[in-house]
Amino acid sequence: MSEVRVLVGTQKGAFILTSDAKRSTWDVRGPLFAGWEIYHMNGSPADPQRLYASQSNGWFGQVIQRSNDGGQTWEAVGNKFAYEGVPGTHQWYDGTQHPWEFKRVWQLQPSLNDPETVYAGVEDAGLFRSADGGQSWQELPGLRAAKGHLWQPGAGGMCLHTILLDTSNPQRIFVAISAAGAFRTDDGGLTWRPINRGLISPGELPDKSAEVGHCVHNLAMHPSRPGILFMQKHWDVMRSDNAGDSWHEVSGNLPSDFGFPIAVHAHEPNTIYVIPIKSDSEHYPPDGKLRVYRSRSGGDEWEALTNGLPQKDCYVNVLRSALAVDTLDSCGIYFGTTGGQVYASIDSGDSWNPIVRDLPKVLSVEVQSLP
Amino acid sequence: MIRVILPQHLRTLAQVSQEVELPAESVKTISAVLNTLLIKYPMLRGTILDPSTGQRRPFIRFFACGQDLSLEPLATPLPEAVLAGEEPFRIVGAMAGG
Repeated sequence: MSEVRVLVGTQKGAFILTSDAKRSTWDVRGPLFAGWEIYHMNGSPADPQRLYASQSNGWFGQVIQRSNDGGQTWEAVGNKFAYEGVPGTHQWYDGTQHPWEFKRVWQLQPSLNDPETVYAGVEDAGLFRSADGGQSWQELPGLRAAKGHLWQPGAGGMCLHTILLDTSNPQRIFVAISAAGAFRTDDGGLTWRPINRGLISPGELPDKSAEVGHCVHNLAMHPSRPGILFMQKHWDVMRSDNAGDSWHEVSGNLPSDFGFPIAVHAHEPNTIYVIPIKSDSEHYPPDGKLRVYRSRSGGDEWEALTNGLPQKDCYVNVLRSALAVDTLDSCGIYFGTTGGQVYASIDSGDSWNPIVRDLPKVLSVEVQSLP
Repeated sequence: MIRVILPQHLRTLAQVSQEVELPAESVKTISAVLNTLLIKYPMLRGTILDPSTGQRRPFIRFFACGQDLSLEPLATPLPEAVLAGEEPFRIVGAMAGG
């Protein structure tokens, strides 16, 4: 019998939600690391019992936690994130240059085949790698060499929030940074280049098609088609069919193309999900209706999924790392809201039920499908 | 023994429920308290002093014997009552927010 483990990071601790393959009843465990912000918690594809969690708060800084037993017990590992060399400067809100300063880890992405290797996306934007299970961290400084002096913080800070590891090419990694854009390495992280051609940001950038500076909110890909990428930008849902060399818009008939997360169905590489938000200044669903939108055509044509979701007076947000899918035969979709609800669909989004309703603000959701 | 009281979040992280006791022999300064504390509880590394600068985090305060020692150099000697174990050395999460 398969089991599903949902890893939920919130503003005041972590929660682990577990169920069998029916996904009808759930065990809720937590809060773990009570009172701390858990920006992200993720499991190793190579060893699902190996979990990593990013634990931080404004008083005590960054802690990285590691579990070897699926989250039953944890140990604090290395939390020294030192930029390589002289960190240099990036654009600041007032147009001046500002020194790079580590603030927190936004995303932890374990290697596809080695549980001891894990990547960390951090604020101020940088990518670090650990090859010893999180005990020590080394920056991949070539990323900041990709015009880092022109990057600038978004409203949430200048964060590297998305890391995608190419399933067919171990030398290729994609990352996304707010507000710098998307970047790709083809040599294992040594050198990087911006992959933002086709992104258009007229409301945010003086040069709307600039090589860097775009506020990319999230990236997604299906493991069977790593060359096809989907992006939720600040505004616009985008698609690339050439590993990011160029992008085209697939917002189509969405009620708003502003949003944060984007995800791909586990078994249908052309089925994608977004959760539209009204605007950059009003971070809640249009018309007070919480709707997930699904495209079965890889974009452009979207259908609203509403069954089981609140369709009046709903003004929560869904953050960029708070949407995930399981890999059971009937694909499960999960998302968490800033209102503390975690919703699950066990039929690819056709219907939804809340697993929990009253957690702290949900920052991230990841799902593990266990044998 | 030097008695150290940690803020709640650090007690949770260090998995201690009460105040912490450190051997007094070589602990004479604020810096020595912190170094000894981190040897005994390595999971606290980086949470009191910023790992990149080695300086006190902005929202951390050091109190002892009714005095705020936060702005004193880390090499400042501890008060006699702390060295004698009569008073605790308090590491405090500063008030922030509303």
